[in-house]
Amino acid sequence: MSAHPTRSLPVIDSTPVDHAGAAATFLENETRVDWHDAAIWFAREKRDRAANEVPEWEALRSLASDIKEHTLSKLDEYLITFEAAATANGVTVHWARDAEEHNRIVYDILESHNVRHLVKSKSMLTEECGLNAYLEARGVNVVDTDLGERIVQLRGEHPSHIVTPAIHLTKEEVGETFAEHLGTPIGLSDPTELTAAARIHLREKFLGAHAAMTGVNFGLAETGGIVVCTNEGNADLGIALAPIHIASMGIEKLIPGPTELAVFLRLLARSATGQRITVYTSHMHRPAENQELHFVLVDNGRTEQLGRPDFWRSLKCIRCGACMNTCPVYRRSGGYSYGSTVPGPIGSILSPGIDLHKYGALPFASTLCGSCTAVCPVKIDLDAQLYKWRQIVVEAGEASAAKRTIASAGARVLASRRLLTMGGAVMRAMLRVIPAGIMRTLAGTWADDRELPLPRGESFSAWYQAREQRKRDGGSNVS
Amino acid sequence: MSVALFAPCYIDQLYPHVAIAALHVLERLGVNVDVPMGAPCCGQPPSNAGFERLGEPALKSFVRTFSDYEQTIVLSGSCAMHVRSHASHLGAAGNRVATNTVEFCSFLHDTIGLERIASLGATYPRRVAVHIGCHGLRGLGLASPTELRISPFDKVRALLGTVNGLSFAPLARRDECCGFGGSFAVGEPAVSARMGRDRLRDYGSGDAEAVVSTDVSCLMHLDGLARRDGLTLPMMHVAEILAGAAS
Repeated sequence: MSAHPTRSLPVIDSTPVDHAGAAATFLENETRVDWHDAAIWFAREKRDRAANEVPEWEALRSLASDIKEHTLSKLDEYLITFEAAATANGVTVHWARDAEEHNRIVYDILESHNVRHLVKSKSMLTEECGLNAYLEARGVNVVDTDLGERIVQLRGEHPSHIVTPAIHLTKEEVGETFAEHLGTPIGLSDPTELTAAARIHLREKFLGAHAAMTGVNFGLAETGGIVVCTNEGNADLGIALAPIHIASMGIEKLIPGPTELAVFLRLLARSATGQRITVYTSHMHRPAENQELHFVLVDNGRTEQLGRPDFWRSLKCIRCGACMNTCPVYRRSGGYSYGSTVPGPIGSILSPGIDLHKYGALPFASTLCGSCTAVCPVKIDLDAQLYKWRQIVVEAGEASAAKRTIASAGARVLASRRLLTMGGAVMRAMLRVIPAGIMRTLAGTWADDRELPLPRGESFSAWYQAREQRKRDGGSNVS
Repeated sequence: MSVALFAPCYIDQLYPHVAIAALHVLERLGVNVDVPMGAPCCGQPPSNAGFERLGEPALKSFVRTFSDYEQTIVLSGSCAMHVRSHASHLGAAGNRVATNTVEFCSFLHDTIGLERIASLGATYPRRVAVHIGCHGLRGLGLASPTELRISPFDKVRALLGTVNGLSFAPLARRDECCGFGGSFAVGEPAVSARMGRDRLRDYGSGDAEAVVSTDVSCLMHLDGLARRDGLTLPMMHVAEILAGAAS
């Protein structure tokens, strides 16, 4: 196992995330949980139908996984190739070691052109880096132009899902937010009318922007270009109107070239939303006339993750969100319960690598049901990595004292038939070795919602031994 | 062939009738099955909770107990998967045990075959909801999971299909996790309970008269929730149905 993570997010707060507690709060509103679960399950079912249209789906997944693993294994070479090709195309390429450096590079570009208004299409990387707050503090007005992201931005929130950032909100809540910020009539909650209001609002922002930022879905090493996939065309409109385009890209987004891209474009939208392809798939290779194009390549812990033998495959992720949609825990606990930029199963294997203390609870926010691994278009072994992170969290002393005592006492009982039999039943056996206070807490948590198993007579092993004894004693027809 | 039956710790102590039913089924099928009194547990509960090191003595004991058998039948998909994925790290004997360990329903389906299962003549004239534990489903391949685009198959429903009078309750989410998850049930009690109650709702919508599973641990959780909510819904392991013990 590689060294324990030492990095921390630019966000200074390293208070451990209490996933179970946040989930319990989310679950208090049963009606909200009902539709949150149903809305996201709907996406999962759409994904199933879209995947089922493709007979070679499983072969595509394997191919995509192989391409990503190949690229990651030669990432240094591909990055250099990418930089050379992009530079030759007239793109300015920047390298950012971490979030702070990324934010500074972006700000310096904006500052040197005296940019005060920036429009930005969806980019989880800039969320990860805390770019909006950084720029706002320096007098740059940032407008997220993806509708879902704009809604949460107006509310002072962060995305609760990486593909559908406002999935946690009802249309009534969106109506309230728009009434407050965009001046729509109070009580308006019709999605079409709200969308029309957002269009008018965003058009003004697009027209007044001095620079546009986008994320990157795929970087093509061979051609030095990037590909951005959206459904709203907001990325395209932003960069078509502004004289400066800055694209921020995590270094793991690289693939060899356009041939490989074809594999991923067939998988991405089908996995994400059940669409065959996103409405816009935009290829950007060189700046337009009188325009500047900047690529910022960001590490921010990715190289460290790449060096971890058990976890480097997490970097294959193409951010489709399918693991969130399928996760029975995510659908019932909401994106915010994870307290990280990327929630759900993939976030739970990425975030502990950034800050083990803060995100130590996340690998335990799973039943290890394995649905995420089966749905993942690039075949990341998510459940196996969750299991491995659990071992690291415990080894690092991040598990609670109660958990430790229970586990060590329990393990002693389970390793010895004598100990297990001694009490006659698991419960009684555990009562003997686990301190009473902890046992009450343990049984109490179980018994908060559930009845305990009904008591039966003797154990199976006692029954079996007695039967075998009767056989040896010459009894016939024993059973 | 030397075959051993392993009843996981919680079945041994809390659900002895399930192990007795499984033993009867195997014996009636002519399988010469042994129940060695060595390891009581495979070590999965502490390992999945992050305490793999503490679980290792149990797994080592499991390997010692079962290394001489040609096949070890485990009465739980979850425990079988733990042994199959982790015992191979424990030397040659561990490797052998990992390969030779098989979950109960897989053994019946793959080694015994449906014709002989049908010869048991079990009868259960009820509409049942089938719950295949996630580890048995996705880890051991007991059925094709809904996420994959592969030819559909279902060993558990195939076994239950031989039972006279039994029919299947239609489920909206055939293979959604029940929310037990071992330590998850106590570490994330709110989500766990909600997941279980959502399964119970699905069973209700499908007019299920009973729940049949490959994993008694899932049933312990679902049954605890059902009884707390005042639902009368019998829950049984596949072995109990095949043994004809439940009616």
